[in-house]
Amino acid sequence: MSAPDRSTVRERTVRTADGLDVAVQELGADGAPTVLLVHGYPDTHAVWDLVAERLARDHHVVTYDVRGAGASDAPADRDGYRMEHLVSDVFAVADAVAPGRPIHLVGHDWGSIQSWAAVTDPRAAARIASYTSMSGPSLDHAGAWFRSHLRPGGGRWTALRRQAVRSWYIAAFHTPVPALAWRNGLARAWPQMVARAEGADVDDRWPGPTLAADAVRGIELYRANMGGGGGRRVAVHTDVPVQLLVPAGDSYVTPALLDGIEAIAPTLVRREVGGGHWQPRSRPDQLARLIAEHVSAVEAGQRPASLTRRPVIVVTGAGSGIGRSVCLAFAERGAHIVVSDLRADTADRTAELCRLLGATAEAHALDVTDAEAVDAFAAKVGADHGGPTVVVNNAGLGMAGSFLATTDDDWRQLLDVNLWGVIRGSRAFGRLMVDHGETGHIVNIASAAAFTPSRTLPAYATSKSAVLMLTECLRAELAGEGIGVSAICPGFVDTGIATATRYVGATAAEQDAKRQSADRLYKRRRVTPDAVADAVLRAVDRDLPLVTVAAEAKAGRFTSRFAPRVARAIAKIDLSPPTRGAKPEGADR
Amino acid sequence: MAQSLVVNTSTAQTRSRPPGAVPSAADLDRFRAVQDLAYEGAQAIAAGLQAGDTERDAVKRLKRWLVERDVDDWFHVPFAWFGDRTAFRGFKVPLQFLPSGRRLEEGMAFILDCAPVIAGATADIGFAGSLGENAALDQVMDDLAAYRSLIVEQVRERRSFRSIYESVDALAAQQGYANRHHAYPGHVLAHEVKPLGAGPGIGRVGPFGRRHLRSLARSVLVGQRQAWSPLWSGDRRSDHPPVPGLWAVEPHLGLRGVGAKFEELLVIADDDAYWLSDDLPHVRRWRERGITEVGAR
Repeated sequence: MSAPDRSTVRERTVRTADGLDVAVQELGADGAPTVLLVHGYPDTHAVWDLVAERLARDHHVVTYDVRGAGASDAPADRDGYRMEHLVSDVFAVADAVAPGRPIHLVGHDWGSIQSWAAVTDPRAAARIASYTSMSGPSLDHAGAWFRSHLRPGGGRWTALRRQAVRSWYIAAFHTPVPALAWRNGLARAWPQMVARAEGADVDDRWPGPTLAADAVRGIELYRANMGGGGGRRVAVHTDVPVQLLVPAGDSYVTPALLDGIEAIAPTLVRREVGGGHWQPRSRPDQLARLIAEHVSAVEAGQRPASLTRRPVIVVTGAGSGIGRSVCLAFAERGAHIVVSDLRADTADRTAELCRLLGATAEAHALDVTDAEAVDAFAAKVGADHGGPTVVVNNAGLGMAGSFLATTDDDWRQLLDVNLWGVIRGSRAFGRLMVDHGETGHIVNIASAAAFTPSRTLPAYATSKSAVLMLTECLRAELAGEGIGVSAICPGFVDTGIATATRYVGATAAEQDAKRQSADRLYKRRRVTPDAVADAVLRAVDRDLPLVTVAAEAKAGRFTSRFAPRVARAIAKIDLSPPTRGAKPEGADR
Repeated sequence: MAQSLVVNTSTAQTRSRPPGAVPSAADLDRFRAVQDLAYEGAQAIAAGLQAGDTERDAVKRLKRWLVERDVDDWFHVPFAWFGDRTAFRGFKVPLQFLPSGRRLEEGMAFILDCAPVIAGATADIGFAGSLGENAALDQVMDDLAAYRSLIVEQVRERRSFRSIYESVDALAAQQGYANRHHAYPGHVLAHEVKPLGAGPGIGRVGPFGRRHLRSLARSVLVGQRQAWSPLWSGDRRSDHPPVPGLWAVEPHLGLRGVGAKFEELLVIADDDAYWLSDDLPHVRRWRERGITEVGAR
């Protein structure tokens, strides 16, 4: 990325209540809503360069160096870093750059911690119109969180342990080690470390030349404000509309630490986003868009409650069987369901059933073999709802019969749905989800045949095996975006697939007989589509890479992994259903 | 045990009607009267249900109501299912069918199911409803009408029980419902009901009347020899043409946590079939809602 154009930046200093000068930078139009960006540790205002530049088109953007950092004065002693001074600085800058007009506050890391204290300050009601917070908890909330999780019988040790692991550096900051480290090489290594860890965009302004000095002085922030009482014990509260951005890959703050924050800020919208801790440098486009959306919603008089998105669930092949059951399972949770199927009438019926369960739903006719249609479908979902929360690529065909009897056309027809359908769906919606930036999940319905070789299902097993591998690869690629990808391997499930399976090389009469006896076999297994739907919910809730459903799927998985020779022996058994009265295959030879 | 079964079988063969016999008109009238009474009882208890009542409360009231009206035995004692138990969600063992302490809440679906006997004439009914509004239940109930006509028509066509069962399954799949009669012991869509001689019950085995269980066991044994089954399911034993007699038919559908069913007696004659009565709460409900295809005569 090219270095931002700094020529339009207007610089000034603002005198704080206790007589320090802080360096303030302004960009963009004066008449537009003011957005005040507060940086964290060990940064300067430069961490915001990429975001500020993007916001400046439609906003009056203000950044400043927090006391002790960059070009601002440093307090003489530790007391000067106490929270009341930091909060007072926020208001001093706000008063200077937008006198008499409420500003939109944005905080990252320590900037977010200070800003939480600012929005819960009585002055906030008149001065702060909205707040966007990321990667920095309210210390009052965090203190209460730690206390409640330490209480005996709280039963929440796991969450506590996970957060404690990420908070190690706070304890470390009470020792001389960090200062020594910053002075002895850490500052030099830092740019490469953050660039490598999270793909943060590093340039000559960030991390800046003052990094080592800023980092050492900034340790006083922790020493002055953390470790004492763990936040004020008085009940704090704000009516300021808050947008809480929760990065999925934050190495310093766990999402659980932010649970219950609504008690402090009732008008809060929480958005799980992809990426790590250094959002302003790794995802400036997304961050600028989310800030701008929040600002414009609040400027338009909307409360965040009206912005809170219902989960949006997209399912293909949702007119019957597993797809329909998946829709109903999510509908029961009150999501918005986007139903698609080759047949419009069955999709309509699924949508209607979803609405009966209390969800909202819409139905679309979609042929997953039509690449343009899939792209157009994703574009429409994106335009109507933004990035979907969950996408389930379910549409699939059944095909059985010997490999030698399977023609090119058979292969094309099968792969076009079972593999290409998943490729098209994953690509169109994966792209949409990444562009939109919020976390989400892609679920691909594979099959127990994906890891169970069989002479009976060569084409089908091959297609599903490809889906499984595609899922694993995509999971690796999208992990950093906070998008989970899961494969579900059901087994013999009582859906319409058995009665629609094509038996290659069979006459029409044999076809019907085989379908009927396969359907009866599937029914005898008593594995319902609802069981698969529950597996999908589990995969999404726990971000599982692979879920096997029926016993034969679990056994097949185990055998293929630990006893491949057994699996190969079983593969030789012809499992195609008998056809009563029909001539067995190959009898002419 | 084995010996007594053998003895029972041989007496059953002399005493029981061979397959193909339809109860007399007088018998049918008695069965109809008991069925009417059972539905009346279920409606009365349903009307009195309030938020906070448990399944056990409902069952106790229904039982008392019926006993006060001369019920002298049970094919099975009353059952009640509330909330997602109407769809048998999470049912793994038969004990879960028994009435529980689940409390009724506003908007919750419920099912009352009872099978009282008066002087050897048996009813077996299922009444579904909800406390207040429940849109999902209303839809499932509406859609159940199609099963009433499908079943009687296909029996008239003399399709095999197994294939009718499969048609019912296919319709449920098409409508988007789970087939919940699959959860019943034996996965039955229906079972045979026979007139027993007048006389009081002789106790129960679990929730089932001992006399009826014995009669059903006899039918199973007889049926095995004659290649039919008194338990109408989707498996091979039901792969036979309709067997004349009285059959308690109970299609049960589930939409996630909402289940609904009806249950009533179907009269199968040699070359005809009809529902014992068309004047039943669910049939009246369908007609009020403008649903005309209800399988009525």
